[in-house]
Amino acid sequence: METKLIETREAHGERLAAMRSGDVGRVHSWELVTAVDGPGTRMTLFLSGCLLRCQYCHNPDTWALRDGALRSADQVMARISRYRQVFETTGGGVTFSGGEPLLQSPFVAKLLRRCKELGIHTCIDTSGFLGRRASDEMLADVDLVLLDVKSGLPETYQRATTAELQPTLDFGRRLSALHKRIWVRFVLVPGLTDAVDNVAAVASYVASLGACVERVEVLPFHQMGRDKWQALNQPYQLEDVEPPDAALLDRVRGQFRENGLVTY
Amino acid sequence: MSTTENATTTYRGFVSGPWCDSIDVRDFIQRNYTPYEGDRSFLAGPTSRTTSLWDRLSQMFPQERENGVYDIDNVTPSSITSHDPGYISRDEEIIVGLQTDAPLKRAMMPNGGWRMVEGALNTYGYEVPQDVKKIFTTYRKTHNDGVFDAYPPSVLAARSSHIITGLPDAYGRGRIIGDYRRVALYGVDALIAEKQHERAGLAMQASVEEVIRAREENAEQVRALRELKQMAESYGYDISGPAETAKEAVQWLYFGYLAAVKEQNGAAMSLGRTSTFLDIYFERDLASGAITEKQAQEIIDDFVIKLRIVRFLRTPEYDQLFSGDPTWVTETIGGVGEDGRPLVTKNSFRMLQTLYNLGPAPEPNLTVFWSDRLPEGFKEFCAAVSIDTSAIQYESDEIIRPYWGDDAAIACCVSPMRVGKQMQFFGARVNLAKTLLYAINGGRDEVSGKQVSPETVSLAHEGAPLDYDEVYAAFDKTMDWLAETYVNALNCIHYMHDKYAYERIEMALHDGEVFRTMACGVAGLSVAADSLSAIKYARVTPVLDETGLAVDYQIAGEYPCFGNDDDRVDSIATELVRSFMEKIKRHPTYRNATHTQSVLTITSNVVYGKATGNTPDGRRAGEPFAPGANPMNGRDTHGMMASALSVAKLPYSESQDGISLTNTTIPTGLGRDREEQIGNLVSMLDAINKADGYHLNVNVLNRDTLVDAMEHPENYPQLTIRVSGYAVNFVRLTREQQLDVIGRTFHGSI
Repeated sequence: METKLIETREAHGERLAAMRSGDVGRVHSWELVTAVDGPGTRMTLFLSGCLLRCQYCHNPDTWALRDGALRSADQVMARISRYRQVFETTGGGVTFSGGEPLLQSPFVAKLLRRCKELGIHTCIDTSGFLGRRASDEMLADVDLVLLDVKSGLPETYQRATTAELQPTLDFGRRLSALHKRIWVRFVLVPGLTDAVDNVAAVASYVASLGACVERVEVLPFHQMGRDKWQALNQPYQLEDVEPPDAALLDRVRGQFRENGLVTY
Repeated sequence: MSTTENATTTYRGFVSGPWCDSIDVRDFIQRNYTPYEGDRSFLAGPTSRTTSLWDRLSQMFPQERENGVYDIDNVTPSSITSHDPGYISRDEEIIVGLQTDAPLKRAMMPNGGWRMVEGALNTYGYEVPQDVKKIFTTYRKTHNDGVFDAYPPSVLAARSSHIITGLPDAYGRGRIIGDYRRVALYGVDALIAEKQHERAGLAMQASVEEVIRAREENAEQVRALRELKQMAESYGYDISGPAETAKEAVQWLYFGYLAAVKEQNGAAMSLGRTSTFLDIYFERDLASGAITEKQAQEIIDDFVIKLRIVRFLRTPEYDQLFSGDPTWVTETIGGVGEDGRPLVTKNSFRMLQTLYNLGPAPEPNLTVFWSDRLPEGFKEFCAAVSIDTSAIQYESDEIIRPYWGDDAAIACCVSPMRVGKQMQFFGARVNLAKTLLYAINGGRDEVSGKQVSPETVSLAHEGAPLDYDEVYAAFDKTMDWLAETYVNALNCIHYMHDKYAYERIEMALHDGEVFRTMACGVAGLSVAADSLSAIKYARVTPVLDETGLAVDYQIAGEYPCFGNDDDRVDSIATELVRSFMEKIKRHPTYRNATHTQSVLTITSNVVYGKATGNTPDGRRAGEPFAPGANPMNGRDTHGMMASALSVAKLPYSESQDGISLTNTTIPTGLGRDREEQIGNLVSMLDAINKADGYHLNVNVLNRDTLVDAMEHPENYPQLTIRVSGYAVNFVRLTREQQLDVIGRTFHGSI
């Protein structure tokens, strides 16, 4: 039987206050990765909690905030600091991912500030849906934004993510106005996000953000998250969907390139 | 001044120095080599001659793969001069010399042990020559016979229970690198004169056992050098004097190596550090216009063709232990000199270029000494070759140089030694995971139930979780016994190998006095560390059989696993390495060799796993261990770099024979396009190097490719992958080994 520690009311209040102030946060896991979440070798910190419910999410185990381990900013920084030499040597840094890192923006803001104090390159990997939670002050500590534009048509976005498109569009424009470096990511799911007009809408929006967009990464949908949905007893709608074939990937990448975007 | 130019014909253009007065190849290199800091753009592709010669051989490989051997000479036991000259295609060859009179025809080398020879002949359907058998079973004792005359019962028990395995007691020990460059630089007559000079010194000493042995060995060395000359003569070359051209330098050097592989079926027959030495001759010939770049590459390609077809007669059991049919023709490339100049030359590039000109191959085992101070152009070329062929291994020049100098080379996979000045007594390895099980079971074997190590109180009680302190104390005691038994075994082995299968020609290409190491080793480090971590941080309850033997373990709760840069468990692994080294050092060694150890399994991790029962980390009985110092498959969940950083914590000072790590990544795991992939691989190698990572095998492969190669081996004759410390032809692995490789953690973007 699973035993749960019962928190006293006092401790509960203190924990909430600490989370509000950003002294502690809920962390799913971390990993040292190369070439996937920004330049060089990076420590990607997966934060718990996300408000979107994307049909193709490959990390549904990061949805629930309460499932994350409670970690203090000091603890996370102790881990990050171990890799300063790796970051320096490889031109890497830290990427805050999730989940949705902006769900815990006070915690992330604090970590970003402390990374910058150590001269560490920083990235956030976000859907932009909670862009309003990122203050200009916080964004000043972000070197690169990995912006997931999950669809270009509001109704497709709604179907894919259960949420509205507009906040993402607004956030991207704000980043552009702040001259933030952006790598846009678009997950290509056959039958869900691959419609020509949906891709065209993403591409023209991204192109409108101007030179701050350094590259677009079209990520082919894969089935490696399927087992996690089953483990969580969540209904998975993409059971029979195959990863996109080369022709489809070429077409979609072509649509971005037609808009003058460097696309992978 | 010693920097005057030499005027003699032979050494024209070379800067003189101490190397002219005594044998000192390093001095010759340092005074004469030209570092190359450029990129790959100067390189030449294969000539049609090279391609045609390689094709001719390639057509023979399928038959060899199918039958296990292409052909065997079952008449003549091999020696340096036993066989008539052999050719692949006489008119097309630039560098000549084969082990027997025909390519891929394997020779009998019975001095290591007759059983291996007879077993192999029976397996492959060749008649056992009764006259030769009579000689080696009636009149001439072998190394194998000698060892079993001397083993104490404790060693026999440890050996048959597989707690000590892979011992070189029935075959050649190998891992000795002759300084084959000496043949080219000095010619054989000068080497004989030097040996005679050493002999004069020995003659003046009193005839005590040590001196008598040294004199006998010296006499054998001189005899072997004379035979080397004779063998070269049979191919039409007089190698009594120094080589005068680049082609001759390669040929002279190769004759030296060929003599060694004609006489010794050693577990690893490594080449040394030859590319930069040879480059000096190439630079001279290129400068004088005697050869073009195309010809320079053609000579190296031809040399490498010869190295690729070194073959030994071995049994399938041996091949299973070593995965495929490795020869470990290890060639060390690159590194940085003690004066800070990179030891990278154009010939370092040419050697790697053979992987394009001839296609990928496991041999020679191309080993790059990596340092972040290597020239960028070379780093990028290495990374590109790794991405394209997966055929390079990397060792830390920054760790090796301070210990063994800048003229060290790797024997086998990860064992560094000063070339021509140092040798090792190869000691295979002990099974640490099994040792832990013995500690829990009071010294009984978990598979057979037999008492193997001295009887102690069993720590396994039905329903009671194991106590970490109790287990660790018992483990420590069992390791004491293991270290003693192990060194006992190795002393017997190497005494007998020196006596009955002495490496005459390889030792003739060493200084008179050599530094010897007793190279012990451990396997199953990550299983042992994870098991101890599980006992410490989770609750591990043994499951007993009717005789009270713990045969399984129930684990409740989570525990940190080795390979995630988590100090809680990494410190356990580090402590095991330190502690076992300390225990080994307590026992005196044969010829007063210096104790070292390795964390290396080759791919015998599969065989060791097979012989080991369920372990407290949840690994099932018979499941393979992780190779070398690798974290257990699938448990290093924090990325390839975190895994490498955990392994980098293992102290090289306590494992001077090397620490092996193999990582496999998919191409897109390194970057979105080729330029990014190369850049990221270079920077990862730099980062691991700076974090004191000792060794890294890099495979850049798609899992689908391997799965397809299992089903359609005929389409992948040259698919090469790196395993613990060396490369293998994937299609020549057993199905079990192939599955193990595929099951290993692939690091990629998911």
